[in-house]
Amino acid sequence: MSYSALAVLAVVGVLVVDLVVYRTRMVTRRVFWVAYAIIVTFQLLMNGVLTGLDVVVYDPGTIWGPRIAYAPVEDLLFGFAMVTLTLASWAAVNRRANTPRRRGFDTDTRRSSTR
Amino acid sequence: MQQLTYLGLLAGCLVVTAPLELVLRVRVYARWRRLLVAVVPEFVIFVCWVLYAIDQGHWSYSGTRTLGIRLPGGIPVEEILFFLVVPLCSVLALEAVRKVTGWNAGYPADQAGSGR
Repeated sequence: MSYSALAVLAVVGVLVVDLVVYRTRMVTRRVFWVAYAIIVTFQLLMNGVLTGLDVVVYDPGTIWGPRIAYAPVEDLLFGFAMVTLTLASWAAVNRRANTPRRRGFDTDTRRSSTR
Repeated sequence: MQQLTYLGLLAGCLVVTAPLELVLRVRVYARWRRLLVAVVPEFVIFVCWVLYAIDQGHWSYSGTRTLGIRLPGGIPVEEILFFLVVPLCSVLALEAVRKVTGWNAGYPADQAGSGR
């Protein structure tokens, strides 16, 4: 599979994980998109250096062609999938850890340290 | 010095985001165990992706702008660190926006001292 095809597949996969598997619904939240706007700015900067200085070199046959700040546009999809998967997983882990369990119905007898 | 290009960028990411933990006190490093758990799916999937991409020749890495330490599959050690550093910085950014704005992120806010 080409880089382009994998990148599109990754975005679809991550949306399914966020909306259906974890149900963290990060992509529906304002806090996510503002954070993502900050992250993507730094991504373009870092990606620009990595590809501009030829730290990473792409095979032209595996990408669509258009580039943003030296990097193939596919990198935006790659980055979006990577960041969204991370933040959705972080939300899922914290939702589990920070939600107070009901007293008496708690199968975990260790005293909750979140309160 | 050239060989430190990629590693230097990663170090830069950590330096730039450090004030979020040290000054804004978002408590992401403080919750390092949760962070490790949260990074596992991303790390496994994207490292596999890179190994496939290297194998298929989708992209390659400079020998002069990296340390030159290659792990099995030909992945540079910096690229492994990338999939740990970038998620860490992303979580720092999310927690910073959340702390400053108070917007809902879908899970209860962490309270000081509860980091596990």
